[in-house]
Order: sequence, then C-alpha cells, then structure tokens
Amino acid sequence: MRIVMKKVCILLLTALLPVSSLAAGGSSVKLEHVEINLNDTHALQNGAKIFVNYCLGCHSAEYMRYNRLTKDLGIPEELVLKDMISSDAKIGDPMNAIMPAEKSADWFGVTPPDLSLTGRLHDAKWLYNYFISFYVDPNSVSGWNNTVFENVAMPHVLADMQGRRAAVFKEVDGKKEFDRFEVLTEGTMSDEEFKSQMKDLTAYLVYMGEPAKLKRVKYGIYVMLFLFLLAGLSWMLKKEYWRDIKSSH
Amino acid sequence: MSFNDWVNERLPVGQAIKDHLTEYYAPKNFNFWYFFGALSLVVLILQIVTGVLLAMNYKPDAELAFASVEYIMRDVWGGWFVRYMHSTGASFFFILIYLHMFRGLLYGSYKNPRELIWIFGMVIYIAMMATAFFGYLLPWGQMSFWGAQVIVNLFETLPIIGESLSQWIRGDYVISDITLNRFYAFHYLIPFILVGLVVLHILALHQVGSNNPDGVEIKKGPKGNKWSKDAPADGVPFHPYYTVKDIMGLSVFLIFFFAVVFFMPEMGGYFIEQPNFEPANPLKTPEHIAPVWYFTPYYAILRAVPSFAGTQVWGVLAMGAAIAVFFFLPWLDRSPVKSVRYKGPSTRLYLIIFAVAFLVLGWLGTLPPTTGYTAMSQFLTVVYFLFFFLMPCYSGTGDNKGMSGLVLFVISVLLYLGALFLWWVQTPDLALSIKVLYTLLGAAILLYFGVRPGWIKPDAVKPVPERVTG
Repeated sequence: MRIVMKKVCILLLTALLPVSSLAAGGSSVKLEHVEINLNDTHALQNGAKIFVNYCLGCHSAEYMRYNRLTKDLGIPEELVLKDMISSDAKIGDPMNAIMPAEKSADWFGVTPPDLSLTGRLHDAKWLYNYFISFYVDPNSVSGWNNTVFENVAMPHVLADMQGRRAAVFKEVDGKKEFDRFEVLTEGTMSDEEFKSQMKDLTAYLVYMGEPAKLKRVKYGIYVMLFLFLLAGLSWMLKKEYWRDIKSSH
Repeated sequence: MSFNDWVNERLPVGQAIKDHLTEYYAPKNFNFWYFFGALSLVVLILQIVTGVLLAMNYKPDAELAFASVEYIMRDVWGGWFVRYMHSTGASFFFILIYLHMFRGLLYGSYKNPRELIWIFGMVIYIAMMATAFFGYLLPWGQMSFWGAQVIVNLFETLPIIGESLSQWIRGDYVISDITLNRFYAFHYLIPFILVGLVVLHILALHQVGSNNPDGVEIKKGPKGNKWSKDAPADGVPFHPYYTVKDIMGLSVFLIFFFAVVFFMPEMGGYFIEQPNFEPANPLKTPEHIAPVWYFTPYYAILRAVPSFAGTQVWGVLAMGAAIAVFFFLPWLDRSPVKSVRYKGPSTRLYLIIFAVAFLVLGWLGTLPPTTGYTAMSQFLTVVYFLFFFLMPCYSGTGDNKGMSGLVLFVISVLLYLGALFLWWVQTPDLALSIKVLYTLLGAAILLYFGVRPGWIKPDAVKPVPERVTG
C-alpha cells in the first residue's frame, strides 16, 4: 500500500509540475545565425580543446571516448594523454567530469547535464547563441544569467575571455524584453575572437552529438551514385523485358 | 533423380514458385501506384534484419537502454547505419502503407471479391501500428517515455475497466522498467506475426487475382496469352515482368530511403524527435508531447473530440472508430464500378477531399492545440467520418443505399449537429467567420455528397471498358 501511495504521489507531482524552468528554450530573444562546418578539422580540434579545458571540469560526456579525438579529429594520442586527460582515465575511457556529480548538485542546485548529446538536443544556432549571451545578474545565485536560457544555473565560465557584460532590458507592452548588452569589463578576447571560439565549440558539440555524422555524409554520396546507376540499369532492364507487352494490345 | 525432384516430391516448392511467381498472371496495366505493396514487403524484411542486429546490442533495461542505443550509435561497428535504417525504415514503412492503402481506395481494390485481402491488410496495418508503438519506447528517451505514457493513459478513460486495463498494459502504475521489458518482447514478436499476416494477404490476393487501375476482372475477360492458353489474355506472368519492374521501383525507392538515412536521419524531427536525445525522466514533462507523424491524424481526431459527461472516453472511441471504419469499406462502397477512373464525379471529389483531410489532420496532430487548430481538427474529423458514412449515398446509383445507407445518413446528420454544437456553443472564443465557414462547408458536404446523389440525382458512372487499357 505504501508503494502504491508513493507511486500516486509521483504521478500527482508529475502532473502538477509546471514546465521546468531548467528546460531550455521558450525565450523570445532573436538568435544570431551561425554557420558551422564539420569538415573543418582545425575548428573541431579547437572546439575539443575549449571543451576539455572549460566544460569537462563539471560536465561529463559519458558516451564520448577520448580516443575518438584521435580517430576522428586527428589529435595525436600522446597529446590527448598529456594535455587533455587530467584524471586517471585511459585513452579508451569515456569523458567523465572531474567533479563528482553529487558535489556539483550541491554547489549548483542541479547536476550539470551530460553533454554527449547536447548537440542533438539543441541545434547549433541555439548552442552558439547560448554561449555568447551570458550577463551579470546580481539577483541570481551564481551571479550570472543568460538571455537565451533564462535563470540558467551555470555561471559564465568563459567570462575571462568574453569579459563581463550587463543586459539592458526595455518595456514592450508591459513585458520586459531584452534590448542590448553593455560591457562592464573587457575580456582577453575581442568580440569577434570570442565568437569565433564559440563557433568552434558549437561545432565540436554538434560533432560529439553524433560522431558518425563525419562519415555518414561522405558514404551517402557514394551510395547515391551507386543507386542512381542501379536505377538507370534496372530501368533499362525493365524496358527491355516489357518491349513486347506494351505494343501487343 | 535430381535434387529438385527429390524436394518437390516431398514439398511443393516448384508448384509454389509457379503459382505465385512464374505462372501468376497479373494484369499488364499496373501503374505507379502498384509499386508500394512489394516495396512494403522489402521494408518489412529490412526492419526484421536490422531489428535483429540492433537486438544484439540493445539492452531492454530502464537503467541501460538509453546508453545502449548510444553504444550502438558510437561503439558498435556500423551500428549507426543499422539504427538509422531501422528508424528511417519505420517511417518509410508507414509512408508506403499509406500509399498502398490509397491505391486501394483509388481503384476499389477492397471491393468484391477482394474483401478478405482488404481485411487482412487492415489487420496488418494495426499490427504495424502496435509494433511501432512498442518500438518507440525502446530508446528510452523523453519522447519515448512520455509518448507511451500518453497513449497508455488513453486506456484509463475507458469506464470501469480503464484503470486496471492500463495498469495491466504497463505492469506498473507508471511507465517503468517492467513496461520497457514487455514492450521489447512484443516489439520483437509482432513482426513475425506480421510476416504470417502478409502471407495470408498475398495468398488471398493470388486466390482471386490482382485488381488493376481499370478495375476490370482480367479472369472474366478473354483467355489465352503467349505463355498459356488458359491464362487471362490481359495478364502477364509476375516473374519476370513484375519482378524486373519492381526491382526498378525498388532502386528508385532506395534513393529516397538512403537519402534520409545518410543525409537527414532525423528528418527535421519527424522521424527522430529531438527531445528523444534526452534520457527518459519521469519527473520532467516535455513542453509539447506529440506522437510520431504516422499516428498524428488519429491523434488530431482524439484531441478534436471534447470530454463529455465527465469522461474523455469519446475521443478515444472516435480515434478507434477512425481506424475501425476502414474495415467496413468493402460494404460501404455501393458503386457498380471499382476504379476511380469510371466512378462518378462526387466519389472522385470526396476521395481527394478525404486525402487532403487526412494529411491536414496529420499536420494538426503534430502541433500544440489552439482554439483555431482544434476547431479545424473538429471540422476535418467530421469530413473524415462523413467520407465513410455518406459513401452508400454518393457511391451508389440511387436505388442501392439500403436501410444501412439511411441509418448512416442519419448518423452523419447527428455528427454534423454535434460539431455545430461544439463550434457555436462550446467555443465562445472562436471567430464568427470561422464558425460560419465550417457550418456552411459541413452543410454543403452533407447536401452535395449525401442528399443530392442519394435522393435527388445519383452520380453517373462512366462505362467500364471490356479489356484493360494502356
């Protein structure tokens, strides 16, 4: 009976739970266009570097193995072992966060989500805009907020690169709407440099969401060529067989 | 004694090849619409082969399922290719079956003497929907979980038995590991039942012979062709004529199929939905839950029917009826001719309207409901059912409606009045122009397809040629 009650409670909770504020999206901010190129290996390598240096501390990518960086992105194994793995993980191990998940849940209120599939859950445009839209918000727990992902729990990890910015809002029809950013302190990078870095990070996350994508499009072209040839030949074969049928009536 | 003779004395393999391939005489005038049966068979086999390969690496366990799919996508050699063929195959199977069913509607392939073929076909369609539904839970993503939750909860609306029935289906109070295990078992089982049903479908077809775009019975026409003096003059042996033609159709089909597999496996979120890249989380409801596209026409009908007398069971019944009504098609169509080529203008017109309504309902089923969309779904639900209920009136030649035709006409009028009640009384925030538009369009359909051909001026059918054309 107690189990039943528990289940009923879970059901009720589920039904009553509003659309979680942790769920991304639902923002009306205009998103900037971004063009990523998965054939640009340098961009993917740079994205991997940023990912390992800045994201992997708290986030895992539990379905991504380090040695794929070697196989897919051409980063030498010694380099991966020396510079990219800071835990005692081996080359064939998945990318697990250095920070234990229980601790990070304590610190941030939520466990930082696994990022293996973030590139598929969100599109490139959303990710890129999310990366470049952090601003200082004294009212939030972390001291940071994001115009694309309202009340995000994550602080601006790349603030040293981008600098600190405040967001200016305006009233439109009684609603608070984002207007523009104001620079508070300069970062180590110019706006363009930072955006280009974030584009690489976006490309890496899209790649990591589906590593097979690098191969699949290439194979697809050969398969198409073969099938067009097959269709042509089978059309000729059919025509040859049917030659004596069509005219007989 | 040769090996062939040895086998054939014990099992009629040679005879079966003759009966169903080399000496099965199919009408020579099959057109584009006749590719989809054979193609569906190929996709069924592809689904079974890729499915068995996936099963070798998939783990039907709530803790492991999601990770095992990613393992297939990343670590299993060629795993992504097999998985995309399977996920794309599921959607293409339904595309092909919908085209195949539409072919049946176009050329009256369900009519006497092919009623049983049609019924087996409908059972196949329902079994396909069941196995697709069970399979959709297996990746254990957010949409898998919540989609299954929504569908299983439908059974909860049934009076008295509802709650115990839905618990019995889940094996639990919520969708859980137990549910995943049994869905996996069914997902693996049903395709083999499908193979058996397909065998029955084809045996029943070969018993009476294939229909064709003219709806002419070639078996009743003159006899004798260059292969046999007893065979229908307008028939050609299935092998090699239709095997080479189907190979051509297959190669063209594979271009479309593999274009999706290699270049857009998610198909813009219609074949693989984006929320499914997040593991199932019973505590987090996605913002918008939509079933996969092939269920959405029925889902739109489900949502179009409001709750009444304190229960939502009416929508569920309407959805069930929307599928079940297809079974009665052979007896609803009272036309003296089979093919749309020779049917009357109102039959032809309603067939087009029905196809459009089905597609638009499918589109509406993917969207979050709004007042306007719901009203549109309600209107199209009426259009959908009137296609069947008025069929004895508009397809007949006036004197063959019978008592059942009259009863269905009365049901049609009641359906229309019910919809009027919804638009005028239950939706105060629906624009007046929309209310008037749906009311008039509904009345026009009732008059043009029910009253006019049924009681005033029956639709004239065109004369059917003696022999197949083209």
